[in-house]
Amino acid sequence: MTLLRVEDLHKTFGGVGAIQDLTFSINPGTIHSIIGPNGAGKTTLFNLITGLYEPTRGRIHFNDADITGQPPHVLARHGLSRTFQNLQIFLNMSAMDNVMVGYHLRCDGRFLPSLFRFPSVVRKDAEYRERAAALMAFVGLEDYVAADASAMPYGALKRLEIARALAVQPKMLLLDEPAAGLNPSETLAIDGLIQKVAGRGVTVVLVEHDMRLVWAVSDHILVLDHGRKLAEGTGPEVRSNPDVVAAYLGEGGRDR
Amino acid sequence: MGFWQPRRAGILALAAVIAVLPAVLPNAFYYDVVILVGINAIVCVGLNLLIGYGGQISLGHAGFFGLGAYFSAVLTGTYDWPPLAALATGAVSVGVLSFIVARPILKLKGHYLAMGTLGMGIIISIALNQEVDITGGPDGMPVPAFAIAGWEPSSEQTWYWIVAALLMISVWLALNLIDSPVGRALRSVHGSEVAASVAGVDVTRYKILIFVVSAVMASFAGSLYAHYTGFITPDEASFFHSIEFVTMVVLGGMASTFGSLVGAAILTILPQLLTVLHDFEMLAFGAILMGTMIFMRKGLVPSLVDLAKRARP
Amino acid sequence: MAGKPLFLQWLLISVLAEFLQFLFSGVTIGATYALVGLGFAIIYNASHVINFAQGEFVMISGMSTVSLLAVGMPLPVALLLAVGITVVVGVALEKFAVEPARNASVVTLIIITIGASIFLRGAAEVIWGRDFHSVPAFSGSEPIIIGGAALLPQSLWVIGATVVVIIALRWFFGRTRTGKAMLATSYNPLVARLMGINTRFILSLSFGLAAMLGALAGILIAPISLTYPSVGVMLGLKGFCAAILGGLGNPMGAILGGLIVGVSEAMTAGYISSAYKDAVAFVIILVVLVMIPNGLFGVKGTERV
Repeated sequence: MTLLRVEDLHKTFGGVGAIQDLTFSINPGTIHSIIGPNGAGKTTLFNLITGLYEPTRGRIHFNDADITGQPPHVLARHGLSRTFQNLQIFLNMSAMDNVMVGYHLRCDGRFLPSLFRFPSVVRKDAEYRERAAALMAFVGLEDYVAADASAMPYGALKRLEIARALAVQPKMLLLDEPAAGLNPSETLAIDGLIQKVAGRGVTVVLVEHDMRLVWAVSDHILVLDHGRKLAEGTGPEVRSNPDVVAAYLGEGGRDR
Repeated sequence: MGFWQPRRAGILALAAVIAVLPAVLPNAFYYDVVILVGINAIVCVGLNLLIGYGGQISLGHAGFFGLGAYFSAVLTGTYDWPPLAALATGAVSVGVLSFIVARPILKLKGHYLAMGTLGMGIIISIALNQEVDITGGPDGMPVPAFAIAGWEPSSEQTWYWIVAALLMISVWLALNLIDSPVGRALRSVHGSEVAASVAGVDVTRYKILIFVVSAVMASFAGSLYAHYTGFITPDEASFFHSIEFVTMVVLGGMASTFGSLVGAAILTILPQLLTVLHDFEMLAFGAILMGTMIFMRKGLVPSLVDLAKRARP
Repeated sequence: MAGKPLFLQWLLISVLAEFLQFLFSGVTIGATYALVGLGFAIIYNASHVINFAQGEFVMISGMSTVSLLAVGMPLPVALLLAVGITVVVGVALEKFAVEPARNASVVTLIIITIGASIFLRGAAEVIWGRDFHSVPAFSGSEPIIIGGAALLPQSLWVIGATVVVIIALRWFFGRTRTGKAMLATSYNPLVARLMGINTRFILSLSFGLAAMLGALAGILIAPISLTYPSVGVMLGLKGFCAAILGGLGNPMGAILGGLIVGVSEAMTAGYISSAYKDAVAFVIILVVLVMIPNGLFGVKGTERV
């Protein structure tokens, strides 16, 4: 059984192919990495899967449903969530409320109950506030439960984004460069967090430049080059693939 | 929970001010100013939901205010409708109109959204000026009293309590909304539209929702204004009036409901004070506007709150 | 016998003459919108500020001309001085109102420039009063008849001056160091600064240039439309329409936008009704924005996440 199936996916920008002939699938319950040089189309692929871009051609299936061309907020209902390469934190809100937005689909988002503060709304909000605090502790943000997002350091904001994405209660979580901008010890901690998330049964898809992190956590790796699939397989398989070595890792790649 | 304290404190403070004011207001002139503050504040509380919380600018909300005023004036004056029915019809019609224009207009961002809403407001104001047979044109038209089942508010004091009660209700509802899943969704749209949609927030739906809510509140306040003053002109819907509403919201402080009240109060009272300057009134008004925005960019109330926080860490 | 064809011929000629008449007035007023719109585009490019006081430049130059003529100056000197005064006001506006508020949010900047516009209008009322004033045409008011339609010599001045301005601006942005520095700043202020461009100077220059364009529009149109303290309000807003229509920040787009707005306005006033003349610009802008959210020639921004 596959969780995500991408078939013959194409995306062109002004005639230039950013993603071409891409077919692959992802099984549930594992950590997958998508790697490739800059401009290989990794973030474009994320944007296509999460509905921010519409594919020029091809289909995307998630959990046995055809989700091609669905907007992001509908995909969230299907159980897809993500973080962003350059942070997309709600800096006008508290850290807690950032996570609460992740629970949007669980809370009552209708107008009249909110306007008149129906007891059910109040009760659910209180319940999810507790869960949000627990989730913040899970990602290591227990010290920031009462903080404003705008007052938090960069590394904490990266975790906050993960907490918000987890609040959506996704079947699949896409992390776009979770270690970018972090120092080695912070990267190590993110490594641990990703494994913890996968341990909860969430399928993790990772785009990452830090190869040590990629080799350490990935069960399965997809290599992109110029928008096409170059190779696919387990870490050792990919590392010994001559095409990958030539195109991407270079001579020193094996030792890293 | 300690979390809710500022909200309660704010509402209690507002109630206290409303209760004490009649004791210190010396005469009808002062009542008049305070009533106008209240009516403007209702518009601003709604507009603040759109601009301050939702992050969507509108330079055309006086159009909705004017439409509400003219619905009341025309339906009660020309067609002898009961005022409440006219007010409701105006609010519903403005709601429908704003719903229709919201989807295409709110696709725009930044300066384009400013232009789109500005254009919409100006078109409404030109229509009110030109449809002389219905609206009386630039000369304006009288509005009958606000009669409800034979009773009508005769004095400034009565109007004061009506407007105060309606303002309290508006503030209470706005605060409810802000502290709810809907309010969080709105603020998240302001913070980052992509992140909001990925979290499951239907961005377009909430933008449209808050645009319609703020338009209906403006229409409602417009109807009240028409009956209170008894005479309206198309200036109620003018571009300049739209700017005044936005300025009240921004001057008081975006994303601060009580800031909107302060902004409405200052910009309603200021011109009254500046009349002593005669010819220099407009000049002074412009200078004060510029100065406040340059030196207190976040607006009065948030800037003062920041100051207080810094003084007491 | 020949009555019918003659009648048709007459009809055709008069329809054509009427059309030409509307076209002339549309292009004239459209050129004014274009100049104002250009000012919006230039300031937007340099600073990403929408200067809502742009219309006041039109008013200041017109009113200054009236005063300078009243003290007995010859027309050409008065016109030049009026443009000079307006440029000074434009640069001062940038120095004292926009510069201190750099990095403020879009809404805050909009309100600051609106405050400036109210301030300038208030100042104008103090200095000049609220009356309407007229300015003599540059070279007589005897209309030239073309194809049965009357063209005012002043219209030729408006159109001619606009063409000269367009050519001069193309030269300025394409050939001079300063012009190229302005373009570089609009593409990427940070890189421009690293390359040694004085971006603060560029900012002042953009306001000066925009004020000059507004002032030109003001002195050119004053003989046709009279001048008074609030003359700039509608002109400013329609210039904004022109700039948005052309795609914000695209100078040539702003010119075309101005012409489209001016001609549609004149045609509506001529063939349909003059009551809704002022609404035409805004109806066009709404229709265009709804169909093409970035204006006719705007660059489509893709959101990077």
